[in-house]
Amino acid sequence: MTALYFHVIERNVLAYRRLWGIFLTGFAEPLLYLASIGIGVGALVGTVKGPGGQMVPYDQFVAPGLLAAAAMNGSVFDTTFNFFFKYKYAKTFDAMLATPLGPVDVARGELGWALMRGTIYAAAFLFFMAILGLTSSWWAILCLPAAMLIGFAFAGAGMACTTFMRSFVDFDYVNMALLPLFLFSATFFPLSQYPAGVQWIIRCTPLYQGVALERALAFGELSWTLSINVLYLAAMGLIGLHIAGRRLALLLQP
Amino acid sequence: MSDALIEGKKLTKRFEDFVAVDGIDFRVEPGEAFGFLGPNGAGKTSTMRMISCVSPVTDGELRVLGMNPATQGSEIRARLGAVPQEDTLDLELTVRENLLIYGRYFGLARPVIRERADELMSFVQLTDRSGDRVDELSGGMKRRLTIARALINRPELVLLDEPTTGLDPQARHLVWERLYQLKRQGVTLVLTTHYMDEAEQLCDRLVIMDGGLIVAEGSPRQLIDQHSTREVVELRFDADDDRAKALALISRTDVPHENLADRILIYTADGETEVEQLGRSGVHPETVLVRRSSLEDVFLRLTGRTLEE
Ligand SMILES: Nc1ncnc2c1ncn2[C@@H]1O[C@H](COP(=O)(O)OP(=O)(O)OP(=O)(O)O)[C@@H](O)[C@H]1O
Ligand SMILES: [Mg+2]
Repeated sequence: MTALYFHVIERNVLAYRRLWGIFLTGFAEPLLYLASIGIGVGALVGTVKGPGGQMVPYDQFVAPGLLAAAAMNGSVFDTTFNFFFKYKYAKTFDAMLATPLGPVDVARGELGWALMRGTIYAAAFLFFMAILGLTSSWWAILCLPAAMLIGFAFAGAGMACTTFMRSFVDFDYVNMALLPLFLFSATFFPLSQYPAGVQWIIRCTPLYQGVALERALAFGELSWTLSINVLYLAAMGLIGLHIAGRRLALLLQP
Repeated sequence: MSDALIEGKKLTKRFEDFVAVDGIDFRVEPGEAFGFLGPNGAGKTSTMRMISCVSPVTDGELRVLGMNPATQGSEIRARLGAVPQEDTLDLELTVRENLLIYGRYFGLARPVIRERADELMSFVQLTDRSGDRVDELSGGMKRRLTIARALINRPELVLLDEPTTGLDPQARHLVWERLYQLKRQGVTLVLTTHYMDEAEQLCDRLVIMDGGLIVAEGSPRQLIDQHSTREVVELRFDADDDRAKALALISRTDVPHENLADRILIYTADGETEVEQLGRSGVHPETVLVRRSSLEDVFLRLTGRTLEE
């Protein structure tokens, strides 16, 4: 028998079969950013300092950053907005919990679904990066598992936060948190642009871990510090998942 | 006997300081149809949710299918079917998909579920709606689908929290007939209801709950015999003065009675004689109805309330 949480993923696949339009928009957004910022702005900027200290073309520089940001945005959307709707209004989880599934299975399954969807988008994006010649190393293949790890981290954290939300109004806070992460995590320009103090703050934020990881892999510039990024993201996802499972039990099984 | 299917001892449910279920004792034997009756807020749903292993027991003991809900919830849920008071159907899916995915939650193989889904849709007469999305169904159809869905794992124990509330009379009779069929197949039924006729028709044994306590227990017949008289006389008055006068007269006798919003009930072994006596003492209602005592009367006398208030 397959693990029980697999059936939660199955439910989402079934529900999304009729929602192909919505599913497809997930591909479009990061590609639009790539076209406008990578190619458009890239033509103006020329080159910037890459992860190994060498000067690199701007489009090659920004693409891995966009990949990391897309992995974050996709999984946060699935585990906050969509997850909240299912748990608060659609009673989807109440139905599941009347079966052998438990709260932890629900949390794992929803996270698995967010991850699955994010992986498909990330793979498509990476494919376009390769076609457009924006990758310069075979290590770039590992950008995909790295995107999954980013997805995992933000899905876990997003789901945990969602269990504390009372209404859709609270999602304004999510956007308020995501936008600065998106803009200032060295996504669009090198960390060295910031004063030293600010650099250290950014080094502690979650999306920066993902951007650093993706960029290093895209250029094949590996270093031991990447293991810190990996551990950071893995811990973030695991802790989030753990909290979400506990909270779901409290909320759905009073 | 110790092989009860469900056994509660001093079973208690508290929400913070509020006691919803206040240390009740009950047991449900294999193959029987067992009912929880009680006014709104009596604690029926709270009890049902503990038995369904979706709500933790606060205090006391509960065993379901010989297992402990606290530690073996998943195993227990695998073997029971639950119809919650409020439907939890998947509104984004069709009727058929609802059955299919629910079966998957139980880890059943797809071909098995497909076959059962077709059977169950015809069992609750929804075959012609199988491809429709659930949010397009009427309330009664959703209820029937919820019942069908609870049977996808061929449960040996089915828990139904107000299965027929909101159904039209035809649909209600269909559900009763189906539940009766399940019972004949040896499935144990536990249900809550506000309908006395439902309880009398379906339940072998029932308990009446009020304020989190069990106030009476027995078969419908036993309860009527113990807590009510053989017959009940219903008196209705058009004018309030007549009614007040009659009530004063009745109160002077020691005849057990109940003063309701729209009528006065008199409990007696022999209705006709009672009506004659009342007539002689000057009580002349507009309409008089003598009928056999029902569970409703038991309920009224025990809780001081009608069931559907
Ligand atoms: N999650 C909860 N939190 C706090 N109080 C609750 C909760 N669920 C139920 N209660 C309270 O417990 C009491 C019993 O509720 P319950 O739903 O068990 O009643 P019931 O007998 O099913 O009533 P009804 O006939 O209206 O369905 C009520 O006073 C209710 O307000
Ligand atoms: Mg109830």
